[in-house]
Amino acid sequence: MMTVKNKHTRILIFLVCIILGYMITMQLRSHNQYQNLAIQRAEDLTVRLKEVQADRDKLTKELDEYRAGRIYGAAQKEMDDLKARAGETEMEGKGIVFTLDDSKQAAKTGENKNLYIIHDEDLLRVVNELRAAGAEAISLNGQRLIGSSEIRCVGPTVLVNESRLAAPFVILAIGNPQTLESSLKLRGGVIENFKFWGIRADVVQSDKVRVPAFKGKRTFEFAKTVAEEEKKEAGQTATDTKGAEENKAAADAGKSADQQQASQKNAGGAQ
Amino acid sequence: MIYAIIGLIFGIVGGVLTPGFIPKIYAPYFSVALMAGLDTAFGGLRAAMEGDYDNLVFISGFVVNILLSVFFCYAGIKMDIDFYLIVILVLGMRIFNNLAIIRRLYLKK
Repeated sequence: MMTVKNKHTRILIFLVCIILGYMITMQLRSHNQYQNLAIQRAEDLTVRLKEVQADRDKLTKELDEYRAGRIYGAAQKEMDDLKARAGETEMEGKGIVFTLDDSKQAAKTGENKNLYIIHDEDLLRVVNELRAAGAEAISLNGQRLIGSSEIRCVGPTVLVNESRLAAPFVILAIGNPQTLESSLKLRGGVIENFKFWGIRADVVQSDKVRVPAFKGKRTFEFAKTVAEEEKKEAGQTATDTKGAEENKAAADAGKSADQQQASQKNAGGAQ
Repeated sequence: MIYAIIGLIFGIVGGVLTPGFIPKIYAPYFSVALMAGLDTAFGGLRAAMEGDYDNLVFISGFVVNILLSVFFCYAGIKMDIDFYLIVILVLGMRIFNNLAIIRRLYLKK
């Protein structure tokens, strides 16, 4: 083996070896430390992840509860409101009871008997008048009148909500009783008109009028709900044309109603 | 030879007793420095066996090799080139080379 010549060399080799040994040890330890660190970090992160996940789950649950609670409440309220407006609920309140019965007067010779009985036209006028006077719920012989309710002559009866009604007619209307009554008893109004022909019209104010709910079926066969976004896109022009179409449709309906009018009673009344 | 072994033991004991460790960012420098140190040590051993050992050459080689390798490593990291791999490769080759020569010299005896 090699021989160490002098003291300096020995010390030098000794020092270098110390440094090398130290470095080797540090390197090994650091390497282990890094691995441990990586493991520790992973463990830390796992723990943290679990915590955060638990937090998230908790908050999600909480949010769901709030959302369910609030939206359920709001939706329920809105639904009730809409149901009431759509006539799905029985309504009660101050209003009038308006009874109409066919005339008992004998038709004068040469006069049209039809003039002495109640027609869809008369009922429409009454209903229209009541609505104008602020009636909030109207029923005709137990048929709730809603937006789509028709009042149409079918032979000797009147068709309302696809059911046939015959005289006497009892119209229940909820609203300010005074206003409703006055609106019917206007000079030249509906009651005066009826009186002329001997049609018995009887208005009774009531503190408690019970208007039944709409019982018919309603389905949309052709109409589709327009989504909010589409509405915005459609803009002003679309609504204009739509409005025009509606007006046209209304005009057509009016025309056909005129054609269907069986009597000239109103004309007579105006005379 | 005994001095070398005693020195190594002292160093290892000192390393074990030293608290803490090398921060991760200095790990490449340190590993490179260690390689340089080992290379110089084996180089010194080989020189001693060949008979042209010199104190000055040995210690200057030890210090300068370590510093150079660390500098290379640093430059490589700054330039985003893995210089430290090259340094380790070269030093590793030198260590093997030295070891091969030491082995032959030992076998020749």
